[in-house]
Amino acid sequence: MANSSRNNAFVEFERVQKSYDGENLVVKDLNLTLPRGEFLTMLGPSGSGKTTCLMMLAGFETATHGDIRLDGVSINHIPPHKRGIGMVFQNYALFPHMTIAENLSFPLEVRGMGKSEREQKVKRALDMVEMGAFGGRRPSQLSGGQQQRIALARALVFEPELVLMDEPLGALDKQLREKMQFEITRLAHNLGITTVYVTHDQTEALTMSDRVAVFNDGRIQQLAPPNELYEAPVNSFVAQFIGENNTMEGTIKEITGNQALVQLDDGEVIRCKPVNVYKPGERARVSIRPERVEYNKDRMQEGAHTIKAEVLEFIYMGDIFRTRLKVAGNEEFIIKTRNAPDQVRLQAGQQIEIGWMPEDCHALDA
Amino acid sequence: MSDATLSPAAMADTMPEQLTTADGKPLKQALIRAQSHARRRAFLLVAPLLAFILLTFVMPIGQMLHRSVHNEGFTWHEDVASGERTRIMANLSQWFDQNELGTEPGEAAFAALAADLVVLREVKAAGQAGTRINYERSGSRSMFTKAARRAQRLEAPFKEAIVDLDEDWLDPDLWRVMRDASSSYTANFYLAALDRTKDADGNVTPVNENRQVYVKLFQRTLFLSIVITFMTFILAYPIAHLLATLPLAKSNLLMILVLLPFWTSLLVRTTSWMVLLQSQGVVNDALVSTGILADDNRLEMMYNQAGTLIAMTHILLPFMVLPLYSVMRPINPSYVRAARSLGATSWTAFRRVYFPQTVPGIGAGALLVFILAVGYYITPALVGGADGQLISNLIAFHMQNSLNWSLAAALAALLLGGILLLYWLYDRLVGIDNLKLG
Repeated sequence: MANSSRNNAFVEFERVQKSYDGENLVVKDLNLTLPRGEFLTMLGPSGSGKTTCLMMLAGFETATHGDIRLDGVSINHIPPHKRGIGMVFQNYALFPHMTIAENLSFPLEVRGMGKSEREQKVKRALDMVEMGAFGGRRPSQLSGGQQQRIALARALVFEPELVLMDEPLGALDKQLREKMQFEITRLAHNLGITTVYVTHDQTEALTMSDRVAVFNDGRIQQLAPPNELYEAPVNSFVAQFIGENNTMEGTIKEITGNQALVQLDDGEVIRCKPVNVYKPGERARVSIRPERVEYNKDRMQEGAHTIKAEVLEFIYMGDIFRTRLKVAGNEEFIIKTRNAPDQVRLQAGQQIEIGWMPEDCHALDA
Repeated sequence: MSDATLSPAAMADTMPEQLTTADGKPLKQALIRAQSHARRRAFLLVAPLLAFILLTFVMPIGQMLHRSVHNEGFTWHEDVASGERTRIMANLSQWFDQNELGTEPGEAAFAALAADLVVLREVKAAGQAGTRINYERSGSRSMFTKAARRAQRLEAPFKEAIVDLDEDWLDPDLWRVMRDASSSYTANFYLAALDRTKDADGNVTPVNENRQVYVKLFQRTLFLSIVITFMTFILAYPIAHLLATLPLAKSNLLMILVLLPFWTSLLVRTTSWMVLLQSQGVVNDALVSTGILADDNRLEMMYNQAGTLIAMTHILLPFMVLPLYSVMRPINPSYVRAARSLGATSWTAFRRVYFPQTVPGIGAGALLVFILAVGYYITPALVGGADGQLISNLIAFHMQNSLNWSLAAALAALLLGGILLLYWLYDRLVGIDNLKLG
């Protein structure tokens, strides 16, 4: 039993702390286990400690306290070149004085691999990222997206079991980024490698990962699969950071089981699902996703909680309509509706009634 | 793709005639006219610099190169007061033209010489002509002054009369030198600069072994410059790396220390090395007082090659640090990290990834230091002693003391040629576009 759990945990952070100046902790008590083959994303605002975690795993920073284990072996004192971890850097870090083929051949060369075997592997890696014809070029002759593919191929060419990526798509334009997101996840799953991916882009995190670790203030706020992260955030930071949210502040009036009554600051009482609020009298932040709010009476589900609203602005965005409302004193209340043929287009000034299911409305810490 | 390959051909088919502007003028002419104003302005902006370079750089160097093959000491005399130019040694020159090299100088030759000596005496040019011959055959000047003094009293047969004055007038080498000097243009100064001379038959031969100095000095200059370049590289590389990796605030402070020598006078720096390194100097005193050296065994670090080496390495160090720093600063630390993560030890990462990226800086620094070292003058003159002198010290000697400017010019031209050759070699091996000075 102990053996199988050891096998499950391919990468382990145990009580890891990191401080650069001896006064502030950049990473505070990090515990994280990662099974073999998982695609984990570390997501968080800049300065939240996610990159530091990655650098500790890669071996470029040492943990001030705690243990990092790779396949059950503590790697705290193993230098980076002996860890066998592939890494993709934010600026790609392709060696400018070497050709693409030489770049890819480098990790094989330093491992003392024979020439013919090297050439074969380089060719296979180039084909894998569909860059077979570019072996003789220099990195500066490639576009950003091509450099990105080469950086990926170089990190994979020596067949590491673990690959780290530090905001690898940050410098690409939107379309290319979406294409590469797909390609990276496809490669990672096909090759069965374990991936730790760092980004501050939540869309990237949601679309690519098996699990996402949301970092803030040196701690993991929530570690969950994307859908859970989006639909059931455990605190108001995660709710705010992932996707768009309408929030209203109030005080808990009553809590019974999985239902809470929250009195908003303007007097309105609404039913919510309590998440990390526990007793009456506590301040709470009520949070609801814009796409879970309905204003079309015909579509409103049984048991929906309804509330009056005034339309302030209607924004046509093509695939969706985005409507800004005034709800319970909050003038930044957004609802999103699909651009369907039978959809009603609201107009500014209209008085309407909106509704949502109480389980979609979360009462979180204020 | 197929569109792109087709279109040039399609364009050639549809538009064979000349392109014109909207009002029918040829497009090319219109373009030239539109750009001529900007071009004229650009030229006017660089014109002062161009004039300055011509005046202070191209002309002096051209004059120097000319002087190295041109000397009028035995052909023309210019009167200092009136500026009047007189042809001297005309008769002898004519005899040289009529008789081949190796002809025994007979009565006719000596008659011509006697006539020329009269002219020399008239215009007081005997010293000048003698000096010119003396450059290539020592002891000749006094023969000319002496003979010129008695020129009026010489009577036929002139050969006997002149040989009577000095037996050396029969020396075939003297006649060879006079023949060469009777034309203003000569390559003999280059021969002298390479420790070569001509024998009486005009064949190039090495000069007497105890008079061979220049080739040895060129070799020493080359050798010391290479050693100095190498030493500055060894010292500067870690400094530049430190400067490039430190946070900007700290590296700026250290940069001031690197640049500090630039702000002190060269003489002050050199003399302070003298204070430190001489046998009764600070370093020796410290070594003796700590018992590392015996008092009668003090190190000789000054007035020899060691002194030149130490002082010049120090003085030229910033020229190596700065280009190195400028290439190291923008090297992203993630390159080395990437190499490490790909499995390279820190040494391999340095050797294969970091070092190759600094090569343009090394090239620039080495070229800069080497060229400066090859032509360095003050420091070796002050601290070099006898065996720490470089070729530039000898050039200065010929400019200021022996006044053999043609030889000085020939030496300088050889130095210039050597440097250009090395520069060309560098361009072939490394590529000049691979050079980064800052």
